[in-house]
Amino acid sequence: MHDFTIKEKILSKNDELAGENRVLLRERGVYSINMVSSPGSGKTSVIEKTLEALKGKLEVAVIEGDLQTDLDAQRIKKHGVPVRQITTGKACHLDAHLVGGALDWLFSHPEVRLLIIENVGNMVCPAEYDLGEDAKVLVMSAPEGDDKPLKYPAIFHASDVLLINKTDLIPHTDFSMARARKNALAINPGLKIFETSCVTGEGIDAWVNYLTGEMMTVVP
Amino acid sequence: MHEMSITISMMEIVREHMARVGLKGLKRLKVRVGELTAVEPRALSFCFEAYVKGTEFEGAALDIEEVPYLGRCTGCGEKFHMEGFLQLCPRCEGVHIEELSGTELEIVSMEAS
Repeated sequence: MHDFTIKEKILSKNDELAGENRVLLRERGVYSINMVSSPGSGKTSVIEKTLEALKGKLEVAVIEGDLQTDLDAQRIKKHGVPVRQITTGKACHLDAHLVGGALDWLFSHPEVRLLIIENVGNMVCPAEYDLGEDAKVLVMSAPEGDDKPLKYPAIFHASDVLLINKTDLIPHTDFSMARARKNALAINPGLKIFETSCVTGEGIDAWVNYLTGEMMTVVP
Repeated sequence: MHEMSITISMMEIVREHMARVGLKGLKRLKVRVGELTAVEPRALSFCFEAYVKGTEFEGAALDIEEVPYLGRCTGCGEKFHMEGFLQLCPRCEGVHIEELSGTELEIVSMEAS
């Protein structure tokens, strides 16, 4: 019997592939964000609003991750941007290998400067999987409750930006923005937070300005 | 529930290591799972049992060391367990916390013949 020290991250292969994706994206001058959330938080609507705000200013492409159907991809297609659907079957998250497989398609659109990856709606598993993105953007919606950060700490901890969406519904709930912010920042003091509504348009400009600003610092 | 994907990644690493050193029988695998990871140790054990059945790894045991989410306050130096995953010093209420542990998801060692 032999005893071996291995000392290796279990997701080292995914991390390696994510690193390769990151290098390829940088070489082509593409900034990328990985959008994560629970199902139904309004992620696709936020992406649509973002596309509208960037129309004519910046070329964007979208990768849609879903368990089944290309319904979200069809919504995005209406905005006239390149979109690629990845259906994961029953897997609850995208991984670096799946995204890597879509990069040849992405690079066939050399004008693209921003890649938005919409992950599978799930607040648990995507926390562990680096895709090679520059920033992880978490969307939570007000009706989900202001205690969401305390219930799903790993994803709040792993994210760079938090969009608190569906602010137009706040009057109909007992949601407290102050508590939501306090809870989110207690888990991750570095989170950049925006309050958004895809119905009223609140906060979309602030979010998009921040996004393009960040982008310029990485891929000028 | 992605513990099965985690298990598959884990066993690929084990398989590679065993092939490299020419071993066939895995007896025990030791892993560390941090409290802050999105991995549930019981679900990981369950997936491991399901995975090894009928494979060359059948009969192997999985030891999971659960690593607590610990921090150190950069203000007053207090070391503490981050209760409820909150980055808040219980002594001085400082919020500048250095993470000491709790994000691990790694294979430590294996016993094999």
